[in-house]
Amino acid sequence: MSDNGRDSSVHERREWPLWEIFIRGMHGLNHRHVGSLHAADAEMAMKNARDVYTRRNEGVSIWVVKSRHIAASSPSDKGPFYEPSRSKAYRHPTFFDIPEEAGAM
Amino acid sequence: MYAQMVESTASDDDPEKLAAFQARIDAGEKIEPKDWMPEGYRKTLIRQIGQHAHSEIVGQLPEGNWITRAPTLERKAILLAKVQDEAGHGLYLYCAAETLGVSRDEMTEMLLEGRMKYSSIFNYPTVTWADIGAIGWLVDGAAIMNQVPLQRTSYGPYSRAMIRICKEESFHMRQGFDIMMKMANGSREQKRMAQDALNRFWYPSLMMFGPSDGDSVHSSQSMAWKIKISSNDELRQKFVDQTVPQADYLDLKIPDPELKWNQDKGGYDFSEPDWSEFHAVLKGNGPCNSDRMKARIRAWEDGRWVRDGLMAHAQKKAAGKVAAE
Ligand SMILES: [Fe+2]
Ligand SMILES: [Fe+2]
Repeated sequence: MSDNGRDSSVHERREWPLWEIFIRGMHGLNHRHVGSLHAADAEMAMKNARDVYTRRNEGVSIWVVKSRHIAASSPSDKGPFYEPSRSKAYRHPTFFDIPEEAGAM
Repeated sequence: MYAQMVESTASDDDPEKLAAFQARIDAGEKIEPKDWMPEGYRKTLIRQIGQHAHSEIVGQLPEGNWITRAPTLERKAILLAKVQDEAGHGLYLYCAAETLGVSRDEMTEMLLEGRMKYSSIFNYPTVTWADIGAIGWLVDGAAIMNQVPLQRTSYGPYSRAMIRICKEESFHMRQGFDIMMKMANGSREQKRMAQDALNRFWYPSLMMFGPSDGDSVHSSQSMAWKIKISSNDELRQKFVDQTVPQADYLDLKIPDPELKWNQDKGGYDFSEPDWSEFHAVLKGNGPCNSDRMKARIRAWEDGRWVRDGLMAHAQKKAAGKVAAE
């Protein structure tokens, strides 16, 4: 995300707001964050996103979201926040030893 | 390079935090905007990424000069696409810098007030069409040398911007070389223009990498932080070694009587550019510095009513929407 750590300086009022851009490519994968840009409104953000991030057919669908509307997890709780998944190795298929004779699974 | 002689700012942060930060970098972790970082790291990056972004934008001017004069419609379309890419590069980089807590307008104002720099290379004029070939071949070629390793830089947003940029640069270099091939294989007059462009752009291209790092404290700090990956001399050598055979292929002569293959080092020996010229250009005394700044200031000032008008329109529309709900 590009807005992180930004305080709202005097410039913010005059400056076109920042938008985060998400693009889905041709092959059906999820929309992916590709970067950000400034635009006065959503319509302009969309057009600018097309010009800045899809100059080489990178996408068939664009989402634009004002950066300040994004809530992000904080790096300081990196450890504890993800702890529930760290202690559950059995969620991974490699946790189980299945004999080769049993075939593919 | 696009960021030349970037000064690093030393940090007076808590030594324990600094050590933990350095350990993350040494382990190859990416630093992200919300992570703790030394003030020096942040400030140095703003200078470096900002300078790089400004270079992309100012770098559109020498090439833009030829968009209306390109020899064919196809060449015009290609050059337009190339210059448009450079605008995109500027935008990716400004966004990366903004994650460090500086606003786009602040950066623009610092450039226009001369408090931030852009690469020395864009202060040279483009006087013939062959110069457009030389820029793609040499200037974008030199930029690639610098940008490829920077894809591995420690700051996440910068690294991601570099990855996007590198994907697009190869087109830039190839379209330039393609122009050079056409000119070098054309009429005698065209070939002379190609040689003349190489003569004028050779040393300024070597200057792009900046003077030898020697034992610059700025360089070693930046290298430890992985915001500089290779030394200036290392990159310059690589550039020369890559470019000489290409000039041979074009049957053009590198304007350096000292240029010769050195078997022992497995690279070419070559003459240093005139560093006093480099420092003069950086100070603002190159052939086109004042033209470039004038053009940027005019664009900024003439565009103000558009920026303000669109913002006012957006706010009015948003207010109307709220009232309607
Ligand atoms: Fe570029
Ligand atoms: Fe380029």
